[in-house]
Amino acid sequence: MLGPDTAWYLAVAAVLFGIGALGVLIRRNTLVVLLSLELMLNAGNLALIALSRHWHNGAGQIFALAVMAVAASEVCVGLGLVVALNRRDLSLDVDTLSELRG
Amino acid sequence: MSTLVVASAGNALVWIVWVVAAFSCIASGVAVVSFSNPFYSALALIGNLASLAVMYLLLSAEFVAAAQVLVYAGAVVVMFLFVIAYVGPRHETPWSGGPSWQTIGAAAAAGALLVEIVVAVGMQASGSLTHETEVGATFGSPAWIGRVFLTDHLLAFEITSVVLLVAAVGGVILGSHTRRATV
Repeated sequence: MLGPDTAWYLAVAAVLFGIGALGVLIRRNTLVVLLSLELMLNAGNLALIALSRHWHNGAGQIFALAVMAVAASEVCVGLGLVVALNRRDLSLDVDTLSELRG
Repeated sequence: MSTLVVASAGNALVWIVWVVAAFSCIASGVAVVSFSNPFYSALALIGNLASLAVMYLLLSAEFVAAAQVLVYAGAVVVMFLFVIAYVGPRHETPWSGGPSWQTIGAAAAAGALLVEIVVAVGMQASGSLTHETEVGATFGSPAWIGRVFLTDHLLAFEITSVVLLVAAVGGVILGSHTRRATV
């Protein structure tokens, strides 16, 4: 395989996943939390495709496409929630959204 | 001898492209997390997705790279930008006022997650991730993906369509019934 080994791709995927996890944990704005979730999903996709290339098994690419469909669904529902929150004049701060807390 | 030179030149070229893509991928990831304006975060996500598409191309996943640019940069990020414009500017200053215990805890948790991933992958795959494999020309091509989707992975394909349909219905319901609750 020309260029870097699979381990380099996996290292980038791990760092990107860590950055996304940091964003989900630190940021308060719901929209930025959703964007950081996209980062984590894309890190998973990169690892899937790198290992698919490594083992010469196309199932990883199929799974990556399924993950992209799930990410699109998640954005659809998440942004629907954000719009609904905004119409009720609720804050988008995840720390103040505690209405459903048991 | 000349083929060896060509091969090593190609190798160096792939390395250069990879280093640029990996650097811009991580830098734009940091930008997504650290911008205080969500609009800039969404724009940084486009750069992140584009550099990931370059890496997919290096991994001979042409169809996934094209789908990444079309679906993510073309549809998902545009939807994010529309919603951010609809909601209006809500600035947040995530790094002001010094580190709170929540920030420190979150950074420690994310770092622990990263270390855990590296250790788990390293222990599971030590040494076996360095050998080289050759792939055929059809690997990852649209024709191959289409054939596999309609033969071996037909069930996954159909379930994906159902998931997308349910999510679309959920988005419509969330967007339409909120007026009632203002009473």
